[in-house]
Amino acid sequence: MMLRNICRYHRQFGEGIWPFSFPQRQHVPSLSTHLQKARYASATTERKKFYENVSISPGEGGLYEINLDKRKLKTPGGKLFTVSNEALAIAVATEWDVQKDTLKFYTMHLTTLCNTALDNPTQRTKDQMISAALKFLETDTICYRVEEPPGLVELQRNEWDPVMNWIEQRYNVVIGSSTSIMGPQIPEETKETFRQHLNSYNFWSLTGLEYVITQLKSLVLSFGLIDRHLSVEQAVLLSRLEEEYQIQQWGNVEWVHDYDLYELRARTAAGAMFVHLSSESTAVKRKILQD
Amino acid sequence: MAAVTSPLRACRGLLKELRIAKGSGYRNTLAYKHVLEQFRRNQVTERSADHDTDHALHAARTYLCLLTSTRLHLRLHERYHARGERTPEQVAGLVGLRLPTQPGGKGWET
Repeated sequence: MMLRNICRYHRQFGEGIWPFSFPQRQHVPSLSTHLQKARYASATTERKKFYENVSISPGEGGLYEINLDKRKLKTPGGKLFTVSNEALAIAVATEWDVQKDTLKFYTMHLTTLCNTALDNPTQRTKDQMISAALKFLETDTICYRVEEPPGLVELQRNEWDPVMNWIEQRYNVVIGSSTSIMGPQIPEETKETFRQHLNSYNFWSLTGLEYVITQLKSLVLSFGLIDRHLSVEQAVLLSRLEEEYQIQQWGNVEWVHDYDLYELRARTAAGAMFVHLSSESTAVKRKILQD
Repeated sequence: MAAVTSPLRACRGLLKELRIAKGSGYRNTLAYKHVLEQFRRNQVTERSADHDTDHALHAARTYLCLLTSTRLHLRLHERYHARGERTPEQVAGLVGLRLPTQPGGKGWET
């Protein structure tokens, strides 16, 4: 019941302008503002737009490439940018297409994920990623319960317990939750079950899954999202449950709370899309696996 | 937790986001055509809970969430975090004061 109130609160005030926000629209940009803006935009975060049209074209091995005018898009590591799934290629092309006079790389989450998977700058292997994900289960957000205030205890019980039950049933494992600082003891069989499951993902999907887990700070919620049990908004809300509780108590600060909320939603949505689309195409994937 | 968005709302939301993002030429973009094609292909009556349509609807809602959140995040970023600090003159001007001028320059300036 409390969660519905939180959602209603967000819908009412989420996009409104607080009376205290300073009147940006009346501020005439002076030379100093332009200089300040330039200082905040480095070559890695922003660039001038250097193309007009974006298109995709089929390349070798059934892969798709992105074309910016006549030039083919490359990764930061210099490799040719290729994806195996057409929908993913279209989504990446759209990210480039909707950029205005400056390219804002921090809004292009799918492109960033593809670049990470293609370049693999930290030389991650599948096994490393699986082990890291399983290690994260020990510090999963859902498993850590507070003992007070009672409102938050009840909220955690009402919102997190169903997800916990769902995952324990779906994978036939035992995870449990704990109120101590040490967290729950995860049995080895549970980790083994998840390890088997994670092994069935390819390298690209694992990259995306690792990203989602890092964003949501929870393996359980990430599985819930990837298995389509939760929507992105629901998963993000559950991940930020304590924050939402505090916002309801003390009020919402748009330039922190909403800013973080939308950023988290964008990144999680990109990660989920990336995982789903990377696990769709079948035979061609094997050519770009980095095993 | 039941799904709230119907396929119709998801589709319209996606097309609206593309229109906002792209401008007047949004109907010629790849994304527009792809979205419409996907919705037409998965078009089933809303009562039948098909496995594939559930997947497709979840994918549509995820993409809609991505587009909406990036737009709103960028909007908040531009509004609050992109302009750096005000100069001392501007800060003084907020409350109607002006900085004092010292014609000879301040003592420590050459």
